[in-house]
Amino acid sequence: MTFPEFFAENWTDVLDHTVAHAVLVLQSLGLAVLIGVPVSVLTYRTGAPRAAVLGVAGLLLTIPSYALFGLLITPLGLGSAPSVVALTLYALLPVVRNTIVGLRELDPAVIESAHAMGMGRMRVLVTIELPLAWPVLLTGLRVATQLLLGIAAIAAAVNGPGLGNLILDGLATAGTPFAVYLTIEGVAGIVLLAVLFDALYAIVNRFTTPGRLGA
Amino acid sequence: MPDVTRGTPEGGAADRTMIRLDALTKRYPGQSEAAVDALTLDIPAGHIVTFVGPSGCGKTTTMKLINRLIEPTSGRVHLDGRDVTEVPAPQLRRRIGYTIQQGGLFPHRTVADNIATVPRLLGWDRRRVGERVDELLHLVGLDPKTYRRRYPKQLSGGQQQRVGVARALGGDPQVMLMDEPFGAIDPLNREALQNEFLRIQAAVRKTIVFVTHDMDEAIKMGDRIAIFGDNGRVLQYDTPERILADPAEGFVTEFIGSGASVRRLSLTRLESVVLPDWPTVEETSDGETLRAAARGSDRDYLLVLGDGRRPVGWLPVTGEDRRPGERLPLLSPLGPRDSLFDALDHMLTVNASAAAVVDGDGRYRGVVEMDTLRELINTRAAGAPSSSDHLQEA
Repeated sequence: MTFPEFFAENWTDVLDHTVAHAVLVLQSLGLAVLIGVPVSVLTYRTGAPRAAVLGVAGLLLTIPSYALFGLLITPLGLGSAPSVVALTLYALLPVVRNTIVGLRELDPAVIESAHAMGMGRMRVLVTIELPLAWPVLLTGLRVATQLLLGIAAIAAAVNGPGLGNLILDGLATAGTPFAVYLTIEGVAGIVLLAVLFDALYAIVNRFTTPGRLGA
Repeated sequence: MPDVTRGTPEGGAADRTMIRLDALTKRYPGQSEAAVDALTLDIPAGHIVTFVGPSGCGKTTTMKLINRLIEPTSGRVHLDGRDVTEVPAPQLRRRIGYTIQQGGLFPHRTVADNIATVPRLLGWDRRRVGERVDELLHLVGLDPKTYRRRYPKQLSGGQQQRVGVARALGGDPQVMLMDEPFGAIDPLNREALQNEFLRIQAAVRKTIVFVTHDMDEAIKMGDRIAIFGDNGRVLQYDTPERILADPAEGFVTEFIGSGASVRRLSLTRLESVVLPDWPTVEETSDGETLRAAARGSDRDYLLVLGDGRRPVGWLPVTGEDRRPGERLPLLSPLGPRDSLFDALDHMLTVNASAAAVVDGDGRYRGVVEMDTLRELINTRAAGAPSSSDHLQEA
């Protein structure tokens, strides 16, 4: 059986796994943003708390992924839950770091002007600071997405969803011709998603950063 | 321009105190010297007061204490008779225009959105905000059609500064705080912007606190100047004339630097000076008339007037018998808005001891002489005018 014949037979499986993979990554990214951005906003002006947040987020990234997924089985069981949690933890560093850097890099004169115009603290944050930090934040999301697309393949090891299942099946049936086909399908799916997401980010960036186009 | 022209009327109300600083002190923790030390100062309505001094003298801190970007350690700020802490800081600030070096514009918002910031915060409806934006763009000399949709980065430094001023005027505040607003502009454009700003101020008559480290700018822009020494102490607070004529001992004299007499010349416009008469002849006069005019005067030159009494040349008178010679061309007479400094500069440039002065329509008004300047310097040094509005005197 050639690869095209094999693919023709199981392409629906590949498609399902690809969609599940993308959903898993997006869920984790969403959670990382929901946690990471508020934490960054609360700590970016401070000294020690900011350093602590960045330190913890950095530390999380150094835990070997296989180990982290495994460790989470105890509290969370198998399946989606440990997968989403583990990926969220990995996404935190790029999200938090870029949010903090983006907010701290802003021209203090612009922020002071906003206050001097009579904007309240919250309004300055939402209408001035975050929009201005957005390009840097977006870069953080882009990095986090690429990172998660790769690591998400490990989710299959804890019965999680995604293209990792194809790769894992391939490894389990090593020696048979199908093993290679399955692995290729898994890897190709991840690469395809990476390219798609990157294009998407480029488009989002292009259309959400006014005033920088003329720069 | 219905809104912006509204301001303090001339006359009695002009001396009303708009901003009163009362024993204002700011100490930063861990610093032995106060940044601002028990500062008391009254700022009259409808005038520009310049805060000038070396860096670190507390002038910017003092300015930020007014709109509460910095809160004082002790002392009070009264705005139009009311303590500024009576209302929440954001509400207070919407009534106080604020502009800084390079404008501090929001780079992600268009020119129109930048200018609309305060009007929107004040809850104006869309139409009123739109009209206000166009009106302000006109006021600062930018065509709304061209500039409304641009982003700050698409503007030159001078244009950004204009938008910054327009934004500060957005909510039609009574008071404006300006921190080195023209500091980042090259000297040539800075002078144009200063002149334009004075023109705008003549129309809007705001109470303005203008911070600068440049004494020349302080003299040019200020109706009054507060000279700051170290740690937020005001060493002298007076009109530019009086500060130049009678600077406080020590630091102020040093800070003003040399050439105070020459600088004072730039404070007086020719329109406010009584000019001596000068023998003139018509361009069309015949030889006999010219000879008679030459003999009837003891000057070495006669001024030749052309069409509509415009000065067109000088006629030298030479010899014992006072014979009129070849006419010399007169290129550019001085106008009513030129200062005595411009007159001096003009005379030195063309190497003459007198210069013709015209009125707003270009008609001959008189002649200013080197001797006139010398006299004016002396009388002004002796009894500097006490009026706080040096542009309007005489």
